[in-house]
Amino acid sequence: MSQTAQASSVAVPRRTMRQWLKRPSTIAFLMTLPLILLIGLLVLYPAGYAIHLATLNKGMTRFVGFGNFEFLFGRETFWMVVKQSCIFAITAVVFKAIIGFVVAHFVHNIPSKGQRKWRGMLLVPWVIPPAMSTLAWLWLFDPSYSAFNWVLAQFGADPVPWTGDAYWARFSVILVNIWIGSPFFMIMYLAALKSVPDQLYEAALIDGANWWQRIWYITLPMMRNIIAITALFSLIVTFANFDIVRILTAGGPLDLTHVFATWSFLVGIESGDIPLGASVSLFMMPFLAIAAVIILRDVVKRGSQA
Amino acid sequence: MSAQTGSAAQASRAQPVRYGSMSRSRRWALRWSYFFLVLFAAFFLLPPFYMLITSLKTSAEISAATNPWWVFSPTLENYIELLTTDQYLVFFRNSALVSLIVVTLTMVISVPAAFALSRMKFWGSATLATGVFLTYLVPETLLFIPLFKIFAEVRNLTGIELINNWWVLLILYPTLTVPFCTWIMIGYFASIPKELDEAALIDGATWMQTLTKIFIPVALPGLIAATIFAFTVSWAQFLYPLAFTTSTDQLVLPVGIVTTLIKGDVFNWGQIMTGALLGAAPPLVIYAFLMDYYIAGLTAGATKG
Repeated sequence: MSQTAQASSVAVPRRTMRQWLKRPSTIAFLMTLPLILLIGLLVLYPAGYAIHLATLNKGMTRFVGFGNFEFLFGRETFWMVVKQSCIFAITAVVFKAIIGFVVAHFVHNIPSKGQRKWRGMLLVPWVIPPAMSTLAWLWLFDPSYSAFNWVLAQFGADPVPWTGDAYWARFSVILVNIWIGSPFFMIMYLAALKSVPDQLYEAALIDGANWWQRIWYITLPMMRNIIAITALFSLIVTFANFDIVRILTAGGPLDLTHVFATWSFLVGIESGDIPLGASVSLFMMPFLAIAAVIILRDVVKRGSQA
Repeated sequence: MSAQTGSAAQASRAQPVRYGSMSRSRRWALRWSYFFLVLFAAFFLLPPFYMLITSLKTSAEISAATNPWWVFSPTLENYIELLTTDQYLVFFRNSALVSLIVVTLTMVISVPAAFALSRMKFWGSATLATGVFLTYLVPETLLFIPLFKIFAEVRNLTGIELINNWWVLLILYPTLTVPFCTWIMIGYFASIPKELDEAALIDGATWMQTLTKIFIPVALPGLIAATIFAFTVSWAQFLYPLAFTTSTDQLVLPVGIVTTLIKGDVFNWGQIMTGALLGAAPPLVIYAFLMDYYIAGLTAGATKG
């Protein structure tokens, strides 16, 4: 019957059009069309265009192949950026995960009546726009008026060059990142902790397991998925971080705290060498792709389980 | 003597008193938990607290060698000065406009898309859903340079000047908000029982009606979480406005504070902290009132498949 309807409608194009528009797959396609356009034009196309840009010379007039990459490999600053990006991301994520795990346990320990209040307070760093809170840290780290140094001075300690010395500056950017990011881990781990059945702990207690064994043999295995996915997630965000380093040290002292994002901004936008900046930011791609593939595998796996 | 008390204690622990000793260790665990929670809360709330302190000080007090952790002569001077200068109000207006429009755009794009992807199977729908998730993982730091060049090319081709206009951010921000919002809305929509929309379809509802009359009301908590997320991201975004806008009347708050209040080497910290605190206020206020939705959205992003 539908065949005859279709056959008769061929003669009247308007009805075909209307029928085509009524097909679920057409409606679905139209509903997703803005999304497809957005992803295609503003994410996929620029990503591909970045690869094209990276093969041009500074004036973007001539094809230089791998010239930009060869130039980067020969520069000491580039290797410093690679090293610092890895140190920054890995150290920050490890500490964020540990602090988040510990704080989540403390929140989980207290009576559930008060948990909401504590959780609310502890998540504040994540809610404040990073640019704003980093300004507060910049002021706390001020070379002459640092409030931390004032406290240290009360104990007779020497002032700390928070953003002036290379090692302290690295410490400072990581500290600020940990401060902003660990509440996120805390929330994720707290949600995971709540999903671990109490009976497991009760059974372990009866078997005489101490707190360390309970964490090692129950909590960690039960939370393994969420720990991994949160860490990888945060690794991507931290690795591509821009705000904190840009505001706190702007890459200094002596380019020692530059990460990929801040250095590519300096090279590509501020110094006007767009192809070189694109090449720098492209180096993030393999790191991010590996993390993304692992996350995706996990998400798909759990999706099929559900 | 000590051995005796030791064995006595052991004996008492071995017998019914065991429950008491467990609750005692539980009490200690509770005390330690509170102790450490106070420590961590102090660490987490220290910078915003210090922002508040500094914002209440005069420039003279800030540069004085007194205790920086205390306000000796509190004043609202910084607030009054900022809120009466046009420049700061322009930043605020730009931020508010950009965020509100981006939130609307995001919802208009991502809710129907999430509905289609979670309920209506069509060619490539599974791939697209995975693609949405992958797009969410693409950071803005990877895209800003090619986008900058593309926008310059657009100007050369059409004469439309995109760079250095605040509304260019309306094109840029959805690349950050739409993938995530679509992703969590797919999760929320997928958790709605199929019987519900099948019943609606049998009753003759169109797909649009199913979406507006059933899915949106049922998934309202998810919708609120996604809205909050879109707003927070738009409000906080720093790299795009820094790269794409330069004139002072086109800047949004984060960039405006960083670039204009810091004049050369002269840092007017009282005003910077006031500006930063006022700039952090809208997300904080929303968070204070809608905390549960906020947290639900946060955990849904990475946990819901």
